[in-house]
Amino acid sequence: MTNISPSTEPVSEPRQGPVPAAPEAARRRPVSGWRAILPRWSPKLGVGLGLVTAIALFGILGPMVVGDPAAINNVGLTPPGGGHLLGTTQTGQDVFAQLAYATRGSLQVGLLVGVMATALSALFGIIGGYVGGAVDEVFSLFSNVMLVIPGLPLVIVISAFVPAAQRGAWMIAIVLAITGWAASSRVLRAQTLSLRNRDYVAASRVAGEKPWRVVSVEILPNLLPVLASQFVFAVIFAILSEAGLSFLGLGASNSSTLGTMLYYAQNGFALQLEAWWWFVPPGAVIALFGCGLSLINFSIDEIINPKLRTEPRKRAASRSAAA
Amino acid sequence: MTTLEVKNLVKDFSIRSGWRRTSLRAVDDVSFTLVPGRTVALVGESGSGKSTVARMIARLEKPTSGQVVATAPDGRQVKNRHYRDHVQMVFQDPFASLNPFHTIEHHLARPLRLHGRAKSRDEVDALVVQLLERVNLAPAASVAYRRPHELSGGQRQRVAIARALAPGAQVVIADEPVSMLDVSIRLGVLNLLARLQREDNLAVLYITHDLATARHFSDDILVMYRGRVVERGPADDVILNPKHPYTQLLASAAPDPEMRGRSRLAVSGSIEPTGAGVPRADSGCNFRDRCAFAMDACAEVPPNFAIGYDHFAKCWLYPEGATSPERTAVQGRPA
Amino acid sequence: MTTNTTAADARRARPGPVLTVEHLDVIYQVAAPVHAVRDVSLTLGRGEILGLAGESGCGKTTLAYAINRLHRPPAEVTAGSVTFHDRDGHDLDLLALKNEELRRFRWVKLSMVFQGAMNALNPVTSVRAQLDDVLTTHVPSMSRRARRARCAELFDLVGVDPGRLDSYPHELSGGMRQRVMIAMALLLDPQVMIMDEPTTALDVVVQRGILREILRLREELGFAVIFITHDLPLLLELSDRIAIMLEGEIVELASADEIYQRPQHPYTRKLLDAFPSLTGDRGAFIRSGASSSREPLPGSQPETVDPR
Repeated sequence: MTNISPSTEPVSEPRQGPVPAAPEAARRRPVSGWRAILPRWSPKLGVGLGLVTAIALFGILGPMVVGDPAAINNVGLTPPGGGHLLGTTQTGQDVFAQLAYATRGSLQVGLLVGVMATALSALFGIIGGYVGGAVDEVFSLFSNVMLVIPGLPLVIVISAFVPAAQRGAWMIAIVLAITGWAASSRVLRAQTLSLRNRDYVAASRVAGEKPWRVVSVEILPNLLPVLASQFVFAVIFAILSEAGLSFLGLGASNSSTLGTMLYYAQNGFALQLEAWWWFVPPGAVIALFGCGLSLINFSIDEIINPKLRTEPRKRAASRSAAA
Repeated sequence: MTTLEVKNLVKDFSIRSGWRRTSLRAVDDVSFTLVPGRTVALVGESGSGKSTVARMIARLEKPTSGQVVATAPDGRQVKNRHYRDHVQMVFQDPFASLNPFHTIEHHLARPLRLHGRAKSRDEVDALVVQLLERVNLAPAASVAYRRPHELSGGQRQRVAIARALAPGAQVVIADEPVSMLDVSIRLGVLNLLARLQREDNLAVLYITHDLATARHFSDDILVMYRGRVVERGPADDVILNPKHPYTQLLASAAPDPEMRGRSRLAVSGSIEPTGAGVPRADSGCNFRDRCAFAMDACAEVPPNFAIGYDHFAKCWLYPEGATSPERTAVQGRPA
Repeated sequence: MTTNTTAADARRARPGPVLTVEHLDVIYQVAAPVHAVRDVSLTLGRGEILGLAGESGCGKTTLAYAINRLHRPPAEVTAGSVTFHDRDGHDLDLLALKNEELRRFRWVKLSMVFQGAMNALNPVTSVRAQLDDVLTTHVPSMSRRARRARCAELFDLVGVDPGRLDSYPHELSGGMRQRVMIAMALLLDPQVMIMDEPTTALDVVVQRGILREILRLREELGFAVIFITHDLPLLLELSDRIAIMLEGEIVELASADEIYQRPQHPYTRKLLDAFPSLTGDRGAFIRSGASSSREPLPGSQPETVDPR
């Protein structure tokens, strides 16, 4: 092979004398690569995180500090004030205390569904996408069938099937996870198909990696933003669906969630009696939590699709000064 | 030193358009040999099948027929399990061939461990530093813990070369290693490959569409058109004295400032390939729809005709050259 | 509609350059501002082919967009002027044109073939419809028959069978699509054409065909071309003068012969050295003869981030 001239070989950075003792120098702590895939700070991320954190803290710590939500007083339906921050229900129960416990219940359901649905969609989507062939066809068919079946009616039917006594938070979470994983798996499958053809996956195969390692070490880390986004979607879906189910009376009857709170408010004619303090707070918490999660998801979108990023602009004042 | 023999490689892809399935022959009966210390260039335009050949050699695709055989220095055939110890690949796109999530150290350490070149943490670290220095990325310690997006294209390609060397490979397939790099960096990377080849006595397959660098960096050139090797021979002979009409077309089409002002391409051949039809396998010379010298004889697939010492062309224009069976060995000659 | 001005006619009609750029500065106003184009001055003669050579990030595309007023925030022209010397005698300050004037100027006096133009065609409409679009927008008074005639005329001109006018883009090969884009750029008989890497994605044989067409069209129609590419040997063969850009500045601007025989700037020599000669001595560079300076890289390139 002709070598034109050795001196045309540029050295990227100038050599620094003798090589430093390799092992010590090489064992420096690696720069965190997680920074590369975390969302950039922006106002909407701040708002989203703030909302989610506040409500989560309320749900986790609230029940420890508020009173007993089930304690019945005979003050009846009272508006906020005088010892009850958010008034009382028809049976004199403290709405604020109920709200704290209900938030915790909803969060539990949301988290359970998020984890289960994401795990299911990862299983069917990623594995199917990478392996290809017959396995992919079968998984794909299965998730398409699950997608086509109308979600809410299915949930209602399954819920109605389960006797009321056994309808706990876990059961509802399982039902929602089963009906909610399919869309996510399609997204993950598409991403996996795209990543599978990247050069670095081919390069790791040429380097001799086993398939399971290729999936877990090369593909999975690059799927993390999408997975995170799908997880957040699943949580939003879970909380809203649970609220809907409970409102219809098909929810977790023996535990307290925001949806059951709305159910009881509906049963207690809160709307007609203009007892806004009973149904507005749970609705507001659902809405704000969903809003916060969505804002976080928008920030995650920016990692997945860098074109959505908006560069921070210089202030107009300093720009005219430079001109 | 490992030798790689490619024998009668064929690759068919089945294409579905609507209900019909047709077969596209991407690689048609390609044979050549890679010997230590010599570079073979595989030159062709897009669609010629050169990348498919590379992928088959790297075992990313299975050939439809034909064989790729690696022979170890002791004369025995390399077993499948150890194939990747001997044969490695450098990919075209420096931005896509490194995983953005992992550090450079990971990219080099994995092959080192997988192929048993290092076991303990210390050994791995030392070898990683050594590899990085061999490809002129210094200071190695700081580069090792960067991530790919922190390096420039040229630096990433050097890492890719280091990664190919990590398993101790003797045969390196370089698939258009510099076509996506900035112009002023290309020669540096090619020179690096040349130096490494000299130092380690590697056998290199250099795949490119650029005739000029093919000529400068390789000992032998194989010109591919639509899946077939239409001309093969020593680099200078093929470039300066092209015989096959397609090679002549390529050589005259490449920009050359020496030819300023002259209306080039009074030469044979229509410019555009006519239509994007699926090439028919085995129905004669596949260049004849663009060839100015097409004759009736071209309806038959031409064999390799000798037109010079070790210089062959598949063209009926040279029937007086002694036909030989597909020459597979390009014998090592003093450089 | 066709003013059949040859290159020579054009030069005779109004002597002097057709485009003058003076001390142009373009800055990307982001958190750490990027000075993409620094103090660039050049003139473009009538009927001349000016090559703009440089590597990625040197600012050549930004310059082309700025001349055309196609640049978008955060890119901002902070200094300098761009003047178009129309062949009918007027001088237009391109940076000061208002919207309506700009619209009337664009494509009629100056058109552009973009990078990756082959993929800029709308996949769901026929090629004829897209060419028609240009004509109806700029010359609404043109009759349908006149438009058809003009489209066919242009297809003939660029070497594509007019029978393919009703094809969809995906039915044409890459080279043909590029010719269609060139035809579209020529529809209104502009005096200047800016071509940004028009042949980079094409095979070398197809590229040779396109270049031949450009040279021939230039002779027949008399327009000037700014040809942007990183392929210096191509420019050496094709252009009259070449400007070499590095990090936003033009480091050398001379005739192609001068650049080839007597390059002055070290970067020019480095670029020339990067292209081995096809037919010269093995091991010689494209400039046969004395080897050029082997300077180390002029520092790492600043991250000129082109948001496009």
